[in-house]
Amino acid sequence: MKIHEYQGKGILAEYGVAVPRGKACFSVDEAVAAAEAIGGEKWVVKAQIHAGGRGKGGGVKLANSLDEVRAHASDILGMTLVTHQTGPEGKVVKRLLVEEGAPIQDELYIGLVVDRSSQRVTVMASSEGGTEIETVAEETPELIHKVSVDPTTGLTTAEAEGLAGKIGIADNLVAEAGELIQALYQAFWDKDASLAEINPLIVTSDGRVIALDAKINFDESAMYRHPELQDLRDLDEEDADEIEAAKFGLNYISLDGTIGCLVNGAGLAMATMDIIKLYGASPANFLDVGGGATTEQVTEAFKLMLKNSNLKAILVNIFGGIMRCDVIAEGLVNAAREVDLSVPLVVRLEGTNVEQGRQILADSGVSVINATTMADAAEKVAAAAGA
Amino acid sequence: MSILINKDSRVVTQGITGKTGMFHTHHSIEYANGKACYVAGVTPKKGGQVVEGVPVYNSVAEARAETDCNVSVIYVPPPFAAAAIDEAVDAGIEVVICITEGIPVKDMIKTRDHMQGSGTILVGPNCPGVITPEEIKIGIMPGYIHKKGRIGVVSRSGTLTYEVVDQLTKRGLGQSTCVGTGGDPVNGLKHLDVMKMFNNDPDTEGVVMCGEIGGTDEETCAAWIADNMTKPVVGFIAGVTAPPGKRMGHAGAIIAGGKGTADEKIAALEAAGVSVTRNPSDMGKLMVEALR
Repeated sequence: MKIHEYQGKGILAEYGVAVPRGKACFSVDEAVAAAEAIGGEKWVVKAQIHAGGRGKGGGVKLANSLDEVRAHASDILGMTLVTHQTGPEGKVVKRLLVEEGAPIQDELYIGLVVDRSSQRVTVMASSEGGTEIETVAEETPELIHKVSVDPTTGLTTAEAEGLAGKIGIADNLVAEAGELIQALYQAFWDKDASLAEINPLIVTSDGRVIALDAKINFDESAMYRHPELQDLRDLDEEDADEIEAAKFGLNYISLDGTIGCLVNGAGLAMATMDIIKLYGASPANFLDVGGGATTEQVTEAFKLMLKNSNLKAILVNIFGGIMRCDVIAEGLVNAAREVDLSVPLVVRLEGTNVEQGRQILADSGVSVINATTMADAAEKVAAAAGA
Repeated sequence: MSILINKDSRVVTQGITGKTGMFHTHHSIEYANGKACYVAGVTPKKGGQVVEGVPVYNSVAEARAETDCNVSVIYVPPPFAAAAIDEAVDAGIEVVICITEGIPVKDMIKTRDHMQGSGTILVGPNCPGVITPEEIKIGIMPGYIHKKGRIGVVSRSGTLTYEVVDQLTKRGLGQSTCVGTGGDPVNGLKHLDVMKMFNNDPDTEGVVMCGEIGGTDEETCAAWIADNMTKPVVGFIAGVTAPPGKRMGHAGAIIAGGKGTADEKIAALEAAGVSVTRNPSDMGKLMVEALR
């Protein structure tokens, strides 16, 4: 689960991480009032969307007066912000963060991830903040310093201060920066985060260490024990079809092709997308119906796929194990009757009770193109879609 | 021979009184030598019952003392599953196979740390399990598609593994052991660990390995294969068409920061001498060719 920058900063502040004074705003007037309440002479108006790269897209602006705050807030609120992470269609900005401007001296980077190879949380720090950390990792990997954290001790003071020293924080600020990095780790650990990035972490000209940005993602599997985080979910930032699918226990991701896919199991679903591409067509979605799909789920899956105006054909690929092919076939028949099946349907069933499943489809009168292997199915669906 | 499990394994089902645990224990007992292999079940506070003909104990330690079980399979719900793994490790179980999907990553980090220095091997979580055909089935896979033979199968996914097995069986190639390592980022055996076991198993002649996007397990395994593997390996990587930043079902299946793409993995495997196919329908055929 992703959250907004201002929400991330709110969590970090609770853990004692220094963040700029600021306020989330939903209107231009609110933004001006917030700037006035914050005081000072410089403010930053920041678009709040879940995607990164907001600055380059024109979603982050510096204001030197309240009039400029008003002007920037009106420009940014409601704009369609396009960044390298939003896709070409962009994202409409509905929330702003207005913050005090900070006198930046150095821009640094701190990131926390779950590292698969060490099976621990890794804290990464770099002197090269403010830029794409992927670029730093590629071009100057020696400038990224890492600590793999022992889960029983947590990030120690020595480790945190060691990182601070390595990224060029002055001796007199190392203790303060170390505390900040430790607090960041604690927030990450306590809240079951899966990723946290402070880019940039800044040292100000008046000698403070501040988290100027905050990106935090959380482990979906742990959200049951964090009711406090549920309120931070912003459904405007998520794909409507994916939310709808999740309600029915379906794992759905929209893609830009023309072949709808309904598959059981994530690995097989990806393999099905791949083979469709191999036969010259392109998948319209990833859809994993899971291990025990019901008629209701299959029906909902069909409805979701058929909402897509680009859809030219549907491929159902089921390897029945625990999920029996006859049950799936009944689900398919019911779904096909309930929805208006306006595109060709290719079905490949294999596994448990496959013969009964094929019989049910044959007896149903539903127009189905039967396929035997995955290759056969991909070839038939590509032909049916006119690819 | 085989790897990890065989007809002499003595299995305890953790979470046997739950619907899932009971269902799969039933089907596993019906498979091959299952009746002799499944010797105990564990559900806290439900000791003394008999489920599917198997005695239920309150703890793994108690089950081990009474039945000498050495392999555990876990169907415990996600909030309690990592603790169930810890319990099996503490009781000295040799192989723990965790089927449960959706365990918080933090719980698994603690559990992996807890396992350090123990002799226990963990498979999963979020995996279909392990099967040594015509001997023993531990997990949720359909037993009947398998056939005893000399091909090892290792995969992160469930149904994609069944797809491979089905292709192998239909081409007359039986399997020595099939291992589903699971789709979570922090877990037990990786491709590399299983590959080493297959290489050391005299009854395994060749290996099919299915990978997917996310992480670098396949690359690590490829590097090892290049220098050490003495048997033919056939590979497939799912997710060539997956867009970056989108989690494709499995928590671990995500291209992040430009890393973990299918193309990188395919290149690494090909460089290591693995026969890689981009067509998931051709895995069985490719194995037949690789054995020639």
